[in-house]
Amino acid sequence: MLRYAFRRLISFALALVVASLVVFFSLEVVPGDPAAYMMGLNARPEAVEALRAELGLDRAPAQRYVAWIGGMLQGDFGTSYTYRAPVAGMIADRLWVSLPLALYALALSTLIAFPVGIWAAARRGSAADMAVIGTTQLGIAVPNFWFAMILVAVFAINLGWFSAGGFPGWENGFWGGLKALTLPAIALALPQASILARVMRSALIDTLGEDFVRTARAKGLSPGQALRRHALRNALIPVLTIIGLQFSFLLAGAIIIENVFYLPGLGRLVFQAIQQRDLIVVEGVVMLLVFAVITVTFLVDLAYAAVDPRLRRG
Amino acid sequence: MRYLTAAAFACLAGAAAAQQTDITIGMQLEPPHLDPTSAAAAAIDEVVYANVYEGLTRFGPDGSVLPGLAESWEIADDGLSYSFTLREGVTFHDGAALTADDVVFSLDRARAEESTNAQKALFDAIDEVTAVDDLIVEITLKQPNGALLFNLAWGDAVIIDESDVDTLTTSPVGTGPFMFSDWVEGDRVELVRYPDYWGEPVALEAATFKFISDPTAAFAAMMAGDIDAFPVYPAPENLAQFEADPRFTVLVGSTEGETILAMNNGLAPFDDVKVREAVAHAIDRQAVIDGAMFGYGTPIGTHFAPHNPAYVDLTDLSNHDPEKARTLLAEAGYPDGFTTTLKLPPPSYARRGGEIIASQLRAVGIQTEITNLEWAQWLEEVFRGKDFGLTIVSHTEPMDIGIYARPDYYFQYDDPAFRAMNTQLNEIVDPSERNEVLKAMQERIAENYVNGYLFQLAKTGVADARIEGLWQNSPTQANDLTGVRWTE
Repeated sequence: MLRYAFRRLISFALALVVASLVVFFSLEVVPGDPAAYMMGLNARPEAVEALRAELGLDRAPAQRYVAWIGGMLQGDFGTSYTYRAPVAGMIADRLWVSLPLALYALALSTLIAFPVGIWAAARRGSAADMAVIGTTQLGIAVPNFWFAMILVAVFAINLGWFSAGGFPGWENGFWGGLKALTLPAIALALPQASILARVMRSALIDTLGEDFVRTARAKGLSPGQALRRHALRNALIPVLTIIGLQFSFLLAGAIIIENVFYLPGLGRLVFQAIQQRDLIVVEGVVMLLVFAVITVTFLVDLAYAAVDPRLRRG
Repeated sequence: MRYLTAAAFACLAGAAAAQQTDITIGMQLEPPHLDPTSAAAAAIDEVVYANVYEGLTRFGPDGSVLPGLAESWEIADDGLSYSFTLREGVTFHDGAALTADDVVFSLDRARAEESTNAQKALFDAIDEVTAVDDLIVEITLKQPNGALLFNLAWGDAVIIDESDVDTLTTSPVGTGPFMFSDWVEGDRVELVRYPDYWGEPVALEAATFKFISDPTAAFAAMMAGDIDAFPVYPAPENLAQFEADPRFTVLVGSTEGETILAMNNGLAPFDDVKVREAVAHAIDRQAVIDGAMFGYGTPIGTHFAPHNPAYVDLTDLSNHDPEKARTLLAEAGYPDGFTTTLKLPPPSYARRGGEIIASQLRAVGIQTEITNLEWAQWLEEVFRGKDFGLTIVSHTEPMDIGIYARPDYYFQYDDPAFRAMNTQLNEIVDPSERNEVLKAMQERIAENYVNGYLFQLAKTGVADARIEGLWQNSPTQANDLTGVRWTE
């Protein structure tokens, strides 16, 4: 097990190094200069050059790469070209919006999907099951930004229960922050819940046909008991895989919803940074996301090994 | 029913009802940082100009130059030295008193060798800045400069305190009626009233600038009452709806933004004035204004703002005349037209306007290959690389006709006669003589058809109907809140 973990750890580190090279040098070839962006149409070329020197952009790319990696190893992500603020602090601020939003949406989607999926699977083929299939199909088909705009029109403009967007900051109260994230989380959760409910339903239907469920029924368990005690646990594996995938999607992919609700999240930070060629910010965020995804994969690998002894020898 | 209750409550509360003293202003772009002296981003001035920072002079709502931190000035007869008297009792938000040394420091910093001021040219004429005593500053010039007072009113020329210079980008300290309070990056900047302000106290106690880039979200935020005013509203298509709603007023004014179809004068076939003239006659300005800007915008025939007293209406020189355009193209040796590139930056005036102009050009035989570019790409390819045939852009700096005197500027207009006029202009101090030269300069570039002159960008804003004192026009990109108040 230890040898297996060690080998996984080496490939984990290698993946990070390769990712950093790809991220840094692929962004280097993108046309555009952050200093020119900052200085506008009237600036003299020498003022733009002075800014480039001040930002350290006049050094060779390889030199900047080494400085960037060296800094990151010490937790220093560099200084943003446009904001002139430490990148690490900016990312941390945005994570405080994006992470809670992703967790909130994930919690909502799970809370909706589990009961709906189980309920539909237990009534396979019934009118209720058909209704669930139809509704979830619609939930997947509806674009989340459109649903978000409907939520804003109804709950913010007509009823006035929520703000149309923005984020007051956690320091101004937990409930205010949670309230500001509610409509965005619902908008994000709807399609995810639809997918998850369908996965839950089909996984459960598959396991309900397995021999061990028939055995459980033969033992004298009612259909409901057999489902809860035996089928559900086995159906959870594909469902948990989907939840894991959804979490990284929600963390990195909420950018459209962040735009509709003008939330200061990671997605909008990257979007803005790309437009302004604030490459060091883009690089920092992308590396963080790469790190997060690789870490999750690493942990999942270890978990598989713990569950399945055959993998440890492989 | 809700209205009845509200009315009853208002009656009960009567005269004791407190007036609203805070305001939330919507802006489409977030400033990258808050130091107006080291970047060109309009969003910086839209937060801090006249609110947090002040210069020796300032722009009034109509674009006139008014006294700022300098209460008065004397100009020597030869026009080579200006003596400014500073106001007494002015303090920075950290409590330090404003002295002549701060002025010397600020102006020297802006024009220094290693300065990163985006408008360094404003200070070109200055030879030396000296403190005569605590409240008197003398500026001596290399040659007379009629635009000095105007130049000093820009946000790039504001006065700062030397001790704050390292933190200006994140926590600005100025002399204005509002001081910086908080910046939640990605969301908002908050300002509060500065109690020791030297001038008339402002009516507002707090101001929040909220950043909403998406036009649909901006609409929702106005409708839901989250935003009190959106002075540069991003979606002109919604303005009619706001106009019909008694809760809102729509503010339509002018800006300093000359929107032009820029032509690469250094590249064939646009190096031929006949071709440029043909392009100018192929364009139907009003169709572009109606189609791309929903009717908001004033046609221009040269690179100059129509509300300026020195403006000359030269639109007839380039009236819409496709027949004439075809004849000119034939004379220039292109009877069957030609193909060129049309590179468009992101604003809707360019993207929507570009489609319309492309079809107008096609009507006279000029085919365009349209490329949509991000701003950073546009700056790299078009502005710096000069790799384009045609492009559409709005030049938003006030009084920027001087860019035509820079032969290496992106549209590459190289005209010694115009350069001579520009030099002459800089040396004239008398306003009416200046206007004469400005008129001649406008005529020169219009007759040379340097670019296709489309329209002056309108400022279209939306505000709660109870707010008064917002700037209707935009003589500089600012949201001056000094005169803003709630009326009920």
